[in-house]
Amino acid sequence: MTSPAPESTARPRPVDAESLRAWLVAATVVDPEIPVLTIEDLGVLRSVSVTSSGVDVALTPTYSGCPALDAMRDDVHGALTAVGYTNVTVRLVLSPAWTTDWMSEEGKLKLIEYGIAAPTGHSAARPSGPAGPVRLQLAVKCPRCNSLNTRELAHFGSTSCKSLYECKDCLEPFDYFKVL
Amino acid sequence: MSVETDDSMHDDGHGHVQVDVTLLPDELIASAAVASADVAEYALWLGDDSLVLAQRLGSWISRAPELEEDVALGNIALDLIGHARSLLHYAGTASGQSEDDLAYWRDEPEWRSLQIVEQPNGDFAHTIARQFIVSHFLFELYTRLRDSTDATLAAVADKAAKEVDYHRDHSVQWVLRLSLGTDESRRRMLVGFSDMWPYVDEMFRDEPLLDRLEGVAVRPSSLREAFERAIAPVFAEAELEEPRGFIASGGGRRGIHSEHLGLLLADMQVLTRAHPGAKW
Repeated sequence: MTSPAPESTARPRPVDAESLRAWLVAATVVDPEIPVLTIEDLGVLRSVSVTSSGVDVALTPTYSGCPALDAMRDDVHGALTAVGYTNVTVRLVLSPAWTTDWMSEEGKLKLIEYGIAAPTGHSAARPSGPAGPVRLQLAVKCPRCNSLNTRELAHFGSTSCKSLYECKDCLEPFDYFKVL
Repeated sequence: MSVETDDSMHDDGHGHVQVDVTLLPDELIASAAVASADVAEYALWLGDDSLVLAQRLGSWISRAPELEEDVALGNIALDLIGHARSLLHYAGTASGQSEDDLAYWRDEPEWRSLQIVEQPNGDFAHTIARQFIVSHFLFELYTRLRDSTDATLAAVADKAAKEVDYHRDHSVQWVLRLSLGTDESRRRMLVGFSDMWPYVDEMFRDEPLLDRLEGVAVRPSSLREAFERAIAPVFAEAELEEPRGFIASGGGRRGIHSEHLGLLLADMQVLTRAHPGAKW
């Protein structure tokens, strides 16, 4: 594993060596629905701290109803106990709410390689005023042929976090990780 | 312990003061806080709204007009179940009940949901009308609830507002598509709105509980203006007029429901009640 690029907006890693050690174990857990992405890449891993009483891990759900979250929670618990940690607690933290801005640059590249278009732009750029029929949306790049000539087929895709697009050049459908 | 660490990771790539991420002041744990009886009642109201609506939307899966819409309504329902789980879990902390106890073991008079969410799916336009009304209401509600003095409610709202914003978009697209589509789709959209509109008024009524939750809860009456402001341009663009007609007497917050809720609950609760304590 390499450190995330400086421009990465992923969650900062802990500074004390003991906690960092446990963080690196927790960070091996992947999203069962997007197995190329670790929970660190996603920004779902919020904090890990090792104290005399055990290990405390905080995860942030991508979406409130994300069914992958229970699996990730169990996997973090399993990964830490497998290497000898005891008294592992995995907590769910709702606030501050998860945003695609926390996804690491490395994670975005892995997503594209996997065939899923990565979120474009920042969530702060999503206008949140009165709903209108047309929203400013940066063009989404086809993960297969890099064309920007794409269109949204369905706002809700195979999972809560994705929408369905099609590329008008290579004609392939693909998933797009929605900006949140 | 054989955990390999890479020395380069001890380098601070940001070059500024480190924040101890485990002690962020705005950190909130979803499962630790215990609600007072009044706060629990309020959380129950909002949780019930989301759960009943999710149950209704889930019935569309495999029946929607197109596959993408099966997926969309299923995803929206999933978001709502997520909100309901957080809210009902929190509501249960006051009485020592779990989210499942509250979802599966309460009978109709104990449900606190608004009457609009239990309205039958009807045809697709009815569902879209209900979805348009409720998602606009929830968006305004959660946007304001972010400022609640109750940290748990504020955190749930922070998450939910972003998700409901997408639900709102989805319903707006369909209202425009159906209203400006064919004569038949327009006729159905009009019927959908006129059948759902009697239940709009109840959403904005302040119950006495609100007087005891100043700063914690959001007064529904304070949301009406923002709601009207948000829907007006959509109605204008869809060339629709806001329906006028009778106003339902409401009472969902006091456990008064239409005949539809009992059937929905029977369907939702039958398995748990037939096999208490069963695990998947």
